[in-house]
Amino acid sequence: MAEPDLLVAETVRKEFGGLTAVSDLDFTIPQRSIVSLIGPNGAGKTTFFNMLTGLYRATSGTIVFDGHDVTDKPPHAITKLGVGRTFQNIRLFPQMTALENVLVGMHSRLKGGILGSILGTPRVRREEREARERARELLRYSGLRQVDDELAESLAYGDQRRLEVARALATEPKLLLLDEPTAGMNPQETSVFMGFVSKLREDRPIAILLIEHDMKVVMGISERVTVLDYGEKIAEGTPGEIQKDERVIEAYLGRAATA
Amino acid sequence: MNRVRAFRDELARTIRLDRVGAEWQRLPPRLRGAVPLIILLSLAVTYPYYVANLPTNVPLINEFPSVHSAVTILVFVTMAVGLNIVVGYAGLLDLGYVAFYAIGAYSAGWFASGQFQQVNFHFGSVGLSRDAAGIHISIWLVFLIAGVITAIGGILIGLPTLRLRGDYLAIVTLGFGEIIPQAVRNADKEGIGFNLTGGTFGIQPIDSPGFGKGLHDAVGLPVVYQQSFTADRLFFWTVLVVLLVTVFCSLRLRDSRLGRAWIAIREDETAAGAMGIPLMRTKTWAYAIGAFFGGIAGAYIASFNQGAFPSQFDFNISVFLLCMVILGGMGSLWGVVVAGIILSWLNVEGLANIGAWLNNNVFPPGQQIEVPKYSFGIYGTIIVLMMLFRPTGLIPERRRKREIEEGAGKGLIDEATGGAKD
Repeated sequence: MAEPDLLVAETVRKEFGGLTAVSDLDFTIPQRSIVSLIGPNGAGKTTFFNMLTGLYRATSGTIVFDGHDVTDKPPHAITKLGVGRTFQNIRLFPQMTALENVLVGMHSRLKGGILGSILGTPRVRREEREARERARELLRYSGLRQVDDELAESLAYGDQRRLEVARALATEPKLLLLDEPTAGMNPQETSVFMGFVSKLREDRPIAILLIEHDMKVVMGISERVTVLDYGEKIAEGTPGEIQKDERVIEAYLGRAATA
Repeated sequence: MNRVRAFRDELARTIRLDRVGAEWQRLPPRLRGAVPLIILLSLAVTYPYYVANLPTNVPLINEFPSVHSAVTILVFVTMAVGLNIVVGYAGLLDLGYVAFYAIGAYSAGWFASGQFQQVNFHFGSVGLSRDAAGIHISIWLVFLIAGVITAIGGILIGLPTLRLRGDYLAIVTLGFGEIIPQAVRNADKEGIGFNLTGGTFGIQPIDSPGFGKGLHDAVGLPVVYQQSFTADRLFFWTVLVVLLVTVFCSLRLRDSRLGRAWIAIREDETAAGAMGIPLMRTKTWAYAIGAFFGGIAGAYIASFNQGAFPSQFDFNISVFLLCMVILGGMGSLWGVVVAGIILSWLNVEGLANIGAWLNNNVFPPGQQIEVPKYSFGIYGTIIVLMMLFRPTGLIPERRRKREIEEGAGKGLIDEATGGAKD
């Protein structure tokens, strides 16, 4: 028997005033898969993403993650259940060091309370020491070297992207959502980064949802691709199927191209 | 002969200095970092002994603050450190901090004065006859109670308001800062049918700190501060302890899981939520803990002034405390302490002293100016100049590599093991 899907979204809808950004979308993410959500700008990808992570509340529909209904849960609760994310326009904590950024990601996995922190009890100190150790490892793992104590804002662009991933991994996700992680990267950086993403999936038992509007990026590593246009799912399938799909070509290149 | 001896002496001194230098290098870095603090602290602790011998007519500042003024100054610094948790760490612009100050002061009034004539409850209070009416709980306990009550007040104010962001929060807190003194002014017999706060007359006298006869006879601790000839000194040392504890807690919290969460919220609330930080709860904690220290400071100054009066809790105090945080550098603990000392000194006696010195030494008779009159203009100018030339504050928060500077020993070990793992 197949494992139940990690995430099941049913007829999820989001309206902003009169505008329907996401229209009755059904979407599933199998365990330990890499799936992609692509579509032209304004297709509703990020809106859908934000509903999955609790930033937006769905107008209707349900989202079930790992057996928990997360439709109306606040972001921090969803993160605690195991959804980690990055942001399309990098949202690090600029005045915190790289290490601290990762430590913040661990927030929901640490226990240190107020009194324990003030008194510096052995338990809190040990936890803190171990957290730092793990954070350093995560930074190395994400390919960040010797920047532990640099402020996030002073990192190079590519490193900021990597730090976002490291920070998301620190939340110990079962599902990692990457929102246009290669935006602003050149082709070479992009391919290095995508290599990192595949490695990530091999090393850890996590599923990855990738948002892109650049089709080329996702074709290489995705097991399944879903295409959104104007808030609706217009195609779903393996990268090969998607590349041949008429409606997808139309959405990307316009009607004239297919005529 | 003389020259040889001089040379020899010189040499000996040099060698000894070298040795001192070597010893100094051998000290653990942590201890070395603490030395300036220890020196400053010893200067502060012994201040009451040498203040009388300090020169007067010092250029510009005229004279050093009296011990009595120093108590008030340090109480304000304590409050600024508390406000720094709310504004500096968590980035919640609170324009009503004076409300916490007021709640603290009145808590002291309720639990350590004759305000409630109807009852007669004594618990560990000192320097009072057994049959003095009212609730008289040991003032040490009352400080804590005041902190807790104020923290609860902070939570109650926080729950509805902390959903707001930025300017909106500032406006609502401004409202609470205005409401509390008004409520206090009117919560007397005419206002609410029960004399809760003594209206405009406030609550007085509020009990004094002290250790009672038993501890006095045993270890020589003062019986009752206010009955001592050196009351100011006792209050000074005590507030120094209060301030140190506040600073210590503030430092520990800053570097804890909670402190990181505060700073993350300040930096980017949305991202902080997405990283698993419960926004409401974390912000409410910032409020509660900031309020806790504000409450203790309020109770302390009430005990020092032997009363709590509604006129003390002006909106200006909120702004004044905020100025200390901004001047020091938002979130920068040491900056806030330094700025707090400077600004509250200016307020308590500095401006008057500067005025006196200018009038004595610069301006001819007949053209004298009254500097304290221009206080708000002066504070405003300071803030504007700071914003123009040093917007990050006197001592900006967290320079790079601050971990290496502060927890040097530990940091290096971490570095080493981290490197080995590579």
